[in-house]
Amino acid sequence: MAGFDNREISMSVASHFFAPTRLRTASLMAGAALALVLSSVSVDAETLRWARVGDALTLDPHAQNEGPTHTLNHHIYETLVGRAIDGSLVPRLATDWYIDEADDTVWVFEIRQGVTFHEGQQLTAEDVAFSLDRARTTPSGMAALHAAVQEVTTDGDYTVRVRMAGPAPLYVQNLTNTFIMSREWAEQNAVETSQNFAAGEENYAVRNTNGTGPYRMVERDPEVRTVLRVFEDHWDDAPEVTEIIYTPITEAATRVAALLSGEVDLVQDVPVQDIARLEQTDGVRVVRGPENRNIFFSYDMTSEQLASASVDDNPFAKPEVREAMALAIDRDAIRQVVMRGESQPSAAPLPPFVNGWTEEMHAYGAPDQDRARALMAEAGYESGFSVDLHCPNDRYLNDEGICLALVGMLGQIGMDVNLVSQSRTLHFPLIENWETDFYLLGWGVPTFDSQYVFDFLVHSRGGAYGAFNGSRYSNPELDAKIEALATMTDLDARDALIAEIWDEVMEERIFLNVHNQVLAYAMRDGINLAVHPENQPRMTEVSFD
Amino acid sequence: MLAYILRRILQSVIVMLVVALVAFSLFRFVGDPVSTLVGQEVTIAERETLRDQLGLNDPFPMQFASFIARAAQADFGISYRLQQPVMELILARLPATLELALVSGLFAFFFGVTLGVYTALNRRGWTSSAIMTVSLIGVSLPTFLIGVLLIWVFAVELQWLPSFGRGEVVDLGWWRTGLLTPSGRASLVLPAITLGLYQLTLIMRLVRAEMLEVLRADYIKFARARGLSNRAVHFSHALKNTMVPVITITGLQLGSIIAFSIITETVFQWPGVGALFINSVRTVDVPVMAAYLMLIALIFVVINLIVDLLYFAIDPRLRIDRSAVRH
Repeated sequence: MAGFDNREISMSVASHFFAPTRLRTASLMAGAALALVLSSVSVDAETLRWARVGDALTLDPHAQNEGPTHTLNHHIYETLVGRAIDGSLVPRLATDWYIDEADDTVWVFEIRQGVTFHEGQQLTAEDVAFSLDRARTTPSGMAALHAAVQEVTTDGDYTVRVRMAGPAPLYVQNLTNTFIMSREWAEQNAVETSQNFAAGEENYAVRNTNGTGPYRMVERDPEVRTVLRVFEDHWDDAPEVTEIIYTPITEAATRVAALLSGEVDLVQDVPVQDIARLEQTDGVRVVRGPENRNIFFSYDMTSEQLASASVDDNPFAKPEVREAMALAIDRDAIRQVVMRGESQPSAAPLPPFVNGWTEEMHAYGAPDQDRARALMAEAGYESGFSVDLHCPNDRYLNDEGICLALVGMLGQIGMDVNLVSQSRTLHFPLIENWETDFYLLGWGVPTFDSQYVFDFLVHSRGGAYGAFNGSRYSNPELDAKIEALATMTDLDARDALIAEIWDEVMEERIFLNVHNQVLAYAMRDGINLAVHPENQPRMTEVSFD
Repeated sequence: MLAYILRRILQSVIVMLVVALVAFSLFRFVGDPVSTLVGQEVTIAERETLRDQLGLNDPFPMQFASFIARAAQADFGISYRLQQPVMELILARLPATLELALVSGLFAFFFGVTLGVYTALNRRGWTSSAIMTVSLIGVSLPTFLIGVLLIWVFAVELQWLPSFGRGEVVDLGWWRTGLLTPSGRASLVLPAITLGLYQLTLIMRLVRAEMLEVLRADYIKFARARGLSNRAVHFSHALKNTMVPVITITGLQLGSIIAFSIITETVFQWPGVGALFINSVRTVDVPVMAAYLMLIALIFVVINLIVDLLYFAIDPRLRIDRSAVRH
């Protein structure tokens, strides 16, 4: 695998060969030739040609819980509630949602009236109940988000009641990517359950759609081109973009070239090293925003001994060593050198718009190597120790570069870090199987609430908890607090408990956080689109100057 | 003759089995498909269940045996990533790769022979030296760099040709071709040059060397002594006799053009089997990777088989030798 990954790295280097500033003169001279050759892609004010790195894996709305898949499906299907640019919830197919006053384990959704599917069916509560059931039944990829649901019932044509296992004040936050299908259509086409990987057969819903969304699919050639056209009978205001041509372009250099040559209007995944240059280019606009994803290091702080360390004990178990590492990391240097200024350094592994985030958690001190070395000596490692660091090289923005930078910084305080950088397909199983002592991980918070971080990264491993807790950290008291969060309906008390848990997590230094990733979209001048916090831009939001 | 063919076919089957075994053992080191299949919320127990369902926990010989049994019926299962039957995916993308390979092969052959003859006949001209020098660049530059440079010059700066994709395609039912539309043909130019440049230089150097060799031969001298025109000597006598090794090499290179179109397809977002393979490697889509490698092995084996049989048909010495042994 190393061969392919190296090639990727060298290709991103190759993208430096583009010098967009020269475009101006060349585009004038080649105007006539361009009109002849590229006539098929001439710009229509209402057509938007949108490129990003990968395609949706499937159009089945519940088969995969994956970003690019949801992003495309949001144009064809709709959810009960939507996520606005500021991270707040907005009504979509549900006009109102609340916890039943008589029973705090029941969520009530009022369904929008007068909504039709692309094939003409009317949306009713039956369709919503069917879709929620489909989404929470295996083999759906969305099931984990609906694990607490016990029963979905309808109350008349436009009310849906969802009974939870216990009080679930934040359940509605899990619904921003659960799409609503037509029950009638699903039954006609035998797609009552979502695509099953293991069954060895293709499901009709993988390539055919019938949603209520603002666009309907007119052409789909997976990994080549998907064309969506505006759905005239949509319940909401008509969008400015009436046709979307969606083309995945894997290679970063080609993606940027396609924008510069005018073959696409919007590039969603802009390589970090090209952002500054694109901003200097006439005719191109770049917008940035924080992504819902933090990049951090974590380490086995629990085992008696480390598998890869040169010492007999576990240095990461000692608070002095963890503090020394926090003093050795220079987040500003990583931001400047590795990320070219495109990141938000922070001390806590939490994106800024997530519930529980505070200014204090965000603040980080200046590096202090002398103090760090003193702490290492205090812990009994005057002569240092060596350990392996596992890092993915194809998952996050410049992930390998961040790890390399840390290796140098820890070298300054006597830690001899051996970097093992490999594909994500090899990296993540190490964390899952507890086969790494020290690793890099990125984490997004789709529910926009701290509990999600605690459930997966802090709670001790077992059942639905702690799947990515590679630190092996286990604290029964903290576990009890985390579990309590799930059913607390008094939101003020709950926020206080979240703050308490964060204090302890930060005190223990379970994570060595680096930064929050920054997203950038590049588009031709005249197009306006803001960065979406879940990286799921809606073309309905696009406006033209 | 029949025994010879049968023996070659049997050898081909063994080669295919070995390729399957090697490919299949390599997949164990590519990573865990389940971690890319499921979302981060899925519990460890559920991951284990999925691994069981996919047969990933079975012992290696069992996995391999069931793979071979199904592959023998051309059933490669369903793609983990795209959730479509693998054969369907590959057949849908094969026309794009074959058209690209064919066009770049023809491009390489035509220009390779022309430039090779030219440089052989005008050995001392400065144009020949320039061509020879430039051809060194063609051999030594990595494909992706050539591709990126071509995109930069012809798509970004000059804006003459598209930078990615295949343009408009016409669906003939069983074959989707880009050769029938203007945008399809324009899209083909840059990838075909990128892919064919190495073969072009190879053929050119081969033709040049062979020509120089042949031009020194006695029968050329006799031809000149007979007073034949330069044109007849160069093209009817010299070139004709250099073409046997050139055609052999070109045929064999066609296999590698198809197999190594991976990088070109990735750079130009060309929707062929090479790009499909790369995307599958990134997500450990084992069924697609296995089917692709088997397909490439099959192409090589078939081309080699045809070349062997052609030798047998063309070269009388092979036949005489064998009949001599038999008597």
